[in-house]
Amino acid sequence: MRARLRFLARRLALAVPTVLFIVIANFVLLHLAPGDAAEVLAGEAGSATPEMVAQLRQKFGLDQPYHVQLARYLGRTLTFDLGYSQRQGMSVAELIGKRLPATLLLMGTTIAIAIGIGVLLGVLAARGLNTWRDRLISVFALLSYATPLFWAGLMLIVVFSIKLDWLPTSGMENVAAFYEGPKRIVDIARHLVLPALTLSLFYLALYTRLMRAAMLEQSGMDYVTTARAKGLDERTVVFRHILPNALLPVVTMAGVQVGALLGGSVVVETVFAWPGLGQLAFDSLFSRDLNLLLGIFFVCACLVVVANLLVDIAYTWLDPRIELD
Amino acid sequence: MSSTESSVGGFWRRFRRNRPAVFALGMLVAIVLVALLAPLAYPGDPFAIVARPFLPPFHDHLFGTDQLGRDVAAGIARGAMTSLLIGIVATVCAMLIGVVTGGAAGYFGGRTDVLLMRMTEAFQTIPAFIFAIVLVAILSPSLESTIIAIATVSWPPMTRLVRGEFLATKNREFVQACRSIGMSDARVILRHILPNCASPIIVTGSLMVATAILIESGLSFLGLGDANLMSWGYLIGAGRTVLRTAWWVCAFPGLAILLTVLSINLFGEGLNDALNPRLREAG
Repeated sequence: MRARLRFLARRLALAVPTVLFIVIANFVLLHLAPGDAAEVLAGEAGSATPEMVAQLRQKFGLDQPYHVQLARYLGRTLTFDLGYSQRQGMSVAELIGKRLPATLLLMGTTIAIAIGIGVLLGVLAARGLNTWRDRLISVFALLSYATPLFWAGLMLIVVFSIKLDWLPTSGMENVAAFYEGPKRIVDIARHLVLPALTLSLFYLALYTRLMRAAMLEQSGMDYVTTARAKGLDERTVVFRHILPNALLPVVTMAGVQVGALLGGSVVVETVFAWPGLGQLAFDSLFSRDLNLLLGIFFVCACLVVVANLLVDIAYTWLDPRIELD
Repeated sequence: MSSTESSVGGFWRRFRRNRPAVFALGMLVAIVLVALLAPLAYPGDPFAIVARPFLPPFHDHLFGTDQLGRDVAAGIARGAMTSLLIGIVATVCAMLIGVVTGGAAGYFGGRTDVLLMRMTEAFQTIPAFIFAIVLVAILSPSLESTIIAIATVSWPPMTRLVRGEFLATKNREFVQACRSIGMSDARVILRHILPNCASPIIVTGSLMVATAILIESGLSFLGLGDANLMSWGYLIGAGRTVLRTAWWVCAFPGLAILLTVLSINLFGEGLNDALNPRLREAG
């Protein structure tokens, strides 16, 4: 246990420079924006009143030299003081906090679908190597790699919402219906199906290919020969011996992909009007609320750092061979 | 000279064995031709209104018209150049950054390596697509800012690849021989190490073009494209409000993206098989 805590502490220490880098990148971007940083902070480039801009300039010390500004910016950002959005009439941190659960729900469901079905398809493909099943799965993976997510979402809407009328086109729940309890859960789940399927498409393909390759690689290992020599039946060999080992690269990849998943959720949430961070980012683009956009960017980058930490921890449980020291 | 010819011939012979890759090459040639000939086939402004709105496809206009009466086929044809241009230029920029940083990290090692790799890891932590959105929003949407944004988020994998290749090559005998006769670092890198790492760099680069086109389409879908340039993502973004009445406005530009990206991926895989024949036989 102590070794695990020490391992965790070291991982946390490694994450610190990354977070600092992200804050500094944000600071540089803020100053790259056209016009005055005060106007960007006002959240309405070009349309803020001169009094407000002057007040902001003083408040954030924008008349100070850059290193002083950076130090203040670091202090503010690290305490999650991300400024105020005039457009939305709420502090940026509060806005993000309100939108975060929807995005996390979408991402969690997506990861579950992608890993669950991806592992299943990968095992199927590896078991039936070079049969029609394997080929079909490969073609599906190739097509998924090449499909823009937002387009896949729109086409799913055309088929399942407009033509077949099975599922709702947009939003997270039918607000007008005032559902409560289990009914509300069913309603949200129905709204969740299409966005989660869309977002998982690419990762599903990725995990399928990864799982197929890992299964094939593990099948050639000595321990598999040993298991077979013991007289174990094929099912036990595959599911008890090969599968757990082949899962490791999939877990690693899932951690690496969280950043890409957040990026994908911007377009998917825009397509399905899913009220999460991505939709908020799109709104901020429309109203030129750059400070809000930078706040979302910062939170997303932090989410990636946290996800990587979680994967590291999961790894120590999954693979006892990993050295904690 | 004869050895070059035979290696080109050998490359083509190996490439030809991969049927999907040959098909993809044909598709890519066709797409490039469409991009080049579009100004002749659809002269004038692709944003211009040419017919009644919402004309269904496969009648007077191949892919129908949108809510304003613009020809969807004209938009797709004229948008091809935008996607290809941005995909290729952004990839070349990202490859240059990747080769310089990865090469320096791998060749010089030590502190240079640590510093450059820390930077690469930090860049890889940042969610790429959101970073691209922020960059374009801040630089204000234009052809240049799209290219800058895509190049900025795509170089890290190239850096890692080139670093690995340089690490594997720099202690080989021919490189040591070059150094022992007093060759300059620049000459060793450019004339001797780099040509030996060319094939994985080319393969990865070709696949990066596909990713770049996908990022570009996402950006212009969100309305972050150059307002004066027709593009596939823009067409889909503009058509999504009329999805219920006119599915074709979104469907065909998306198919164009899908076919282009698929062709590039298949071509890249074929290139990989043909350039690294040993890998192919081992796998």
